[in-house]
Amino acid sequence: MATSAERFESAGFINRVGRTVVYAGELLRHRAYARVLHWMYGIFFFLALLSGFGIYLPWIFRFFTPLFGGGAMTRLLHPWFGLGFVFFFMLQVINWVSVMRWTPSDSKWMKHLPDYITSRHTMEPGDVGFFNAGQKLMFWEIVGGAIAYLITGVIMWFPEVFGRVLVSISYVIHDISALIMLAGIFVHIYLSTFGEPGTIQAMTRGTVSEAWAWTHHPAWYREVTGRDPYEAMEAEKERQSKS
Amino acid sequence: MADRKALQIQQMSAHPGPIAGKGMQRQSEVCKLIDTTTCIGCKACEVACVEWNDMPFQPTMFDNTYQTMPDTHWNYWNLIKFNESQHSDGSFAWLMRKHQCMHCADPGCLRACPADGAIVQYANGIVDFQQENCIGCQFCVSGCPFNIPKFNPETKKVYKCTLCSDRVSAGLEPACIKSCPTGCLHFGTKEDMKYLAENRAKQLREVSGFTEAGVYDPDTIGGTHVIYVLHDVTKPERYGDLPAKPRIPLSFTVWKEWFKPIGLFVSMLSFVGVVMHYVLEGPLRTQPQPPVKEIDGGIEHRKEN
Repeated sequence: MATSAERFESAGFINRVGRTVVYAGELLRHRAYARVLHWMYGIFFFLALLSGFGIYLPWIFRFFTPLFGGGAMTRLLHPWFGLGFVFFFMLQVINWVSVMRWTPSDSKWMKHLPDYITSRHTMEPGDVGFFNAGQKLMFWEIVGGAIAYLITGVIMWFPEVFGRVLVSISYVIHDISALIMLAGIFVHIYLSTFGEPGTIQAMTRGTVSEAWAWTHHPAWYREVTGRDPYEAMEAEKERQSKS
Repeated sequence: MADRKALQIQQMSAHPGPIAGKGMQRQSEVCKLIDTTTCIGCKACEVACVEWNDMPFQPTMFDNTYQTMPDTHWNYWNLIKFNESQHSDGSFAWLMRKHQCMHCADPGCLRACPADGAIVQYANGIVDFQQENCIGCQFCVSGCPFNIPKFNPETKKVYKCTLCSDRVSAGLEPACIKSCPTGCLHFGTKEDMKYLAENRAKQLREVSGFTEAGVYDPDTIGGTHVIYVLHDVTKPERYGDLPAKPRIPLSFTVWKEWFKPIGLFVSMLSFVGVVMHYVLEGPLRTQPQPPVKEIDGGIEHRKEN
């Protein structure tokens, strides 16, 4: 079963790597390629985050620098962690850019964000596809953040080339970008684990239950199964009440 | 003259909590006075600096001036800058200025430094780098308004003039002072040097016809522990990039001191937010859920299947 979007990961050679088992009652969500990329830049993100903490507020986070071999090693490694993050994330951008395209229904979704937060709708609106507007927003924030990281990071990496004024400006932008992503990572982890049970397996085994699909991504469910998400949900409810 | 007691630290970069030695001893602030009007550009101070600090040879570079090299170097902390300058009446001045760390009262390098104890300021005002704590990020280079800290790519550490803290702590004057043949360099308490400098400036104004002569001790960084007597204090830039109003970038003052901790706090509210969301709203489960029996004061009782 294919995912809805025609993506880079659908290319033949990439599919030969790794295995994704879709059991009955499940849908393929992320192929091995997208999953590997996700965890690669996830690892680099946390390496960069923790090593960056030690430089960001050393008088609080001094305990992070010994993890990386002391202050000097932390300084040496942090840019490479950052480059690792940007590299793998960039591959994911190429992979996901088509499904991340912003649509008018996403703007509508954003207006109803409070309803989403307060769980007023038990199911997402019918036009929510492979990613919802919140996921897309986060994605594009990281794209912008990664570009900011890369530019300001290179400037701070080679201050002798770029000069003290650029470095002092970059310093602030790099920090702000980090603060936004730090706030974002909590939301990201929460929603993929405790906040919406059944989500994390999309990035581990690569599959989700059909119930998860019609609940959180109804339009995508309709696209890959051809069935109406709400009818499918009602039918399941019926089946459960009979048993 | 300087105190014979061991140097007490009054400020330390990126240090959590109080500074152990702060205010523990009476120490007068020291100061180096450079009278540019009596400097002859002999470079004895440059040699004395290299010799006392046992620094490896730094190749010189000729760029059509008398200057030894274009800028100071990680192993060349003291450089006389030669500058030709034209007055408004058409006459020329050949200006010589001994360029080295200014030992600011409010050091931009120390403010910018993220490594605990890599930059310290002693109670006598000397700002010193402790290379064993340096992480090689070079933020100090960005924080310094005088372009003083210099990076050694091989050791990945930053170096600069120590104001001969080793000599001063032993009651000696810095090596450059000792070598100066014209007496244009003086060393003593800040108070004494300030007095001497102001008197010399007054003499220049009243006797020698330098009407704009004055003392360079910029208050934008709380004053410095190296001060100059200049022929024309209104245009310090003529002496080779000596800024009239040296400033520390706001990144290392306002942003670093205030907005960094505040920003972190605001960012961490996201964590509190998701925890509270789970507690107050609970997870968004896949549908259908077991049917709700009743909603009682916000408590949902789910019917047993």
